[in-house]
Amino acid sequence: MFSLKEKAIKLIFACLAFSCLLFLLAIVAALFLESYPLFLKVNIFKFIFGKSWYPTFDPPEFGILPLISGTFLVSVGALFICIPLGIGSALYIHELAPEKSRKILKPLVEFLGAVPSIVFGFFALTIVAPFIAKTFNLPTGLCALTASLVLGIMAIPTITSISEDALSFVPNSFREASYALGANKFQTMFSIIVPAASSGILTSIILATGRIVGETMTVLMASGQAAVIAKSFFSPVRPMTATIASEMGEAASGSLHYHSLFAIALILFLITLAFNILAEKINQKYTKK
Amino acid sequence: MDDNKIKIEAKNINFYYGQMQILKNLSVNFYENQVTAFIGPSGCGKSTFIRLLNKMNELAPNSSVSGEIYLDGENILDKKTNAVKIRRKVGMVFQKPNPFSKTIFQNISYGLQLCKTPKKLIPEIVEESLKHAALWNEVKDRLHKSALELSGGQQQRLCIARCLAIKPEVILFDEPCASLDPISTSKIEELVLKLKKYYTIAIVTHNMQQAARVSDQTAFMYLGELIEFSPTKEMFVVPKEKKTQEYLSGRFG
Repeated sequence: MFSLKEKAIKLIFACLAFSCLLFLLAIVAALFLESYPLFLKVNIFKFIFGKSWYPTFDPPEFGILPLISGTFLVSVGALFICIPLGIGSALYIHELAPEKSRKILKPLVEFLGAVPSIVFGFFALTIVAPFIAKTFNLPTGLCALTASLVLGIMAIPTITSISEDALSFVPNSFREASYALGANKFQTMFSIIVPAASSGILTSIILATGRIVGETMTVLMASGQAAVIAKSFFSPVRPMTATIASEMGEAASGSLHYHSLFAIALILFLITLAFNILAEKINQKYTKK
Repeated sequence: MDDNKIKIEAKNINFYYGQMQILKNLSVNFYENQVTAFIGPSGCGKSTFIRLLNKMNELAPNSSVSGEIYLDGENILDKKTNAVKIRRKVGMVFQKPNPFSKTIFQNISYGLQLCKTPKKLIPEIVEESLKHAALWNEVKDRLHKSALELSGGQQQRLCIARCLAIKPEVILFDEPCASLDPISTSKIEELVLKLKKYYTIAIVTHNMQQAARVSDQTAFMYLGELIEFSPTKEMFVVPKEKKTQEYLSGRFG
């Protein structure tokens, strides 16, 4: 009797755990079903590599290269900001900070991670964009640079908290051994601690990239919404997520435009999936040792 | 016994963690090219004491120390004494083997790079150190493989090699065999006996037989105090203090 009860409990928890898989499958199915009609009419290569996005023209053009390039540009810019800041703060918090500042900094960084993305959007609109416009003498501050800056700031907590975990897994005996050989704090940090934590740090960067690529609200508000291939960081861009969010409301349900937005989501989903698989692979390699 | 040359002289050492006194007025001499063993029950302050000799105590927060430790006439405990310089002269092997998660070669070259050894000389010194640590024959074909693939005993000898590479004058062993099997332990003991020709050695051990086998001088500590300090041969045959006798005969510990 007892074992039957145990089995039932186990089964219930298994169902709960596997429901995740079910949701994922449902999401993939929805994306495929809704984007499939587009690919009947538009060649997939033309879709991905087409240079013009005019979904409402007659005849419409569905080339998402400008959107992909927008996402790419903004993401690369954001990574340039969040990687040094994120890893730098993790190193300071874990290796260098006196107890007092650590106690203040750690919750602060975590709090930054809890700020809703729409709030970051307002921050971009009211502070960052005017500042960028003034500094670089631009007609509008809503451009790739502004979006990159704000996305970069948003992604700092992801990098900091995961990197900090990775640093805390480095055994103290490594530090002792290094000091005993006559190394100073910085030599120990850069030659011993960071290499030992490198796979965790790399994972944090990949997860942050996933977050940046998939972020919608902030880029919708900050990137300037021009669906053309950007010439520089000062040009307005329109990343994939922003396109979907802003056009979904106006696309007639069942139209080719409507299906094309699902197709963008599908591509985006595949990109973020690839990043997550990569992160998982790195983690596996790390824990095997 | 008169030709014993003092390498390190520790005088009136007191050590505190916060309010707690860990070491009480300790004075010990370390003689050149001899092995000095520290025995005593857990928590008596043996490890704490030898960590003073290479300034590792400075890494412990909330601790304070008084007294003097002279290494070739220089006071190690003086705040102005350069920790890096002392640690290059006084190497340390820890309780748990702690090779870096790098290759065998890099584990040894790391210390050499820190002292700015010319690159050309490094492979030669790595080989020499591994030979001195009696590990060369076991690893010569896999120098560029991860050190973490080695067995515990091999890892500990690698740590010894790493320490020898930067040519210290004194080596501190903090219970080097605590996590090793008997065969690895005897290898380390042989090594200690071989190394004392070139170095001054201090070894902390839980194992009284080990102290008897490898050391020339033995210090018996109890509750932060030095109870007895005499040549090993004398202490193990006719201990002067009652406490020492009780400990050696296994009445407590």
